[in-house]
Amino acid sequence: MIIVLLLMVAGILTGFVINRFPLAIKINDKLISWAIYVLLFLLGISVGLNKTIIQNLDKIGVQALIITTGAISGSVFALWILYRFLFREENNEGGTNEK
Amino acid sequence: MKNSLIILAFFATGVILGISKNLPDLMMQDDFSMYALYVLMFLVGIGIGADRKSWSILRTMKIKIILIPIGVIVGTFSGAALFSVLIPDLRLKEVLAVSAGFGYYSLSSLFITELSGEMLGVVALLSNILREIFTLLATPLLVIYFGKLAGIASGGATSMDTTLPVISRYSGKEWSIIAVFSGVILTILVPFLVTFILKYF
Repeated sequence: MIIVLLLMVAGILTGFVINRFPLAIKINDKLISWAIYVLLFLLGISVGLNKTIIQNLDKIGVQALIITTGAISGSVFALWILYRFLFREENNEGGTNEK
Repeated sequence: MKNSLIILAFFATGVILGISKNLPDLMMQDDFSMYALYVLMFLVGIGIGADRKSWSILRTMKIKIILIPIGVIVGTFSGAALFSVLIPDLRLKEVLAVSAGFGYYSLSSLFITELSGEMLGVVALLSNILREIFTLLATPLLVIYFGKLAGIASGGATSMDTTLPVISRYSGKEWSIIAVFSGVILTILVPFLVTFILKYF
């Protein structure tokens, strides 16, 4: 896994060089989308082949929902505190409330 | 939103093909996805490095803005840890690793699959997609009750792209730079935090 992280850092450094070429950035974005499509397609296949997962999909869904609920309420609460004590006055002049 | 639907469609097609077992042998091999993940990480790195706007934001920011992604991390982990008592089947570190996707479902689910198996990978995929969808739907309400940072908090890593429009609409444009900043930091941290939690925690 260290290799993967090093590759990401190498990518960021490459990105610094490439950022002058909009076309390269565009192509890169497209490649990322397709890499993700392919990988999730493959993940889908191995999930489909895995009987334990298929039989437990409902359970997996509930677990996911619980984790998301915890993660979102925790972070919203943390930033609510930060907002009240550190950020509220800051941006008020531009902040309009109407939707 | 459109992008997540496309990704879900690819995933679902894979699942159906897997269940029906109508597959050439080549696709059943596992090591292929590891190399594909290598390529993806390199490309994601390039995307971040080439993103001039985000890096110039960094230079103009006040120090205290760094508290925002830190707050999202601390809040996410505390909340997930608290709710993990409701999931006896998963260990604490597994719950934390799933939550460390911060909504970045594609990368986090692939990482977790490699490190911990497909079962947890699917939990991560669903959980982090839910985080994005919830943010898109609930941000208008969240900002009313929990302040202008609520959308950024809920969006996590997605506040730099997919949920940015809804955040900037309901918190106000002046918050979108902060949203991008927080999202970029969290996006970069996802692979590191997931790996760290699953390997050394």
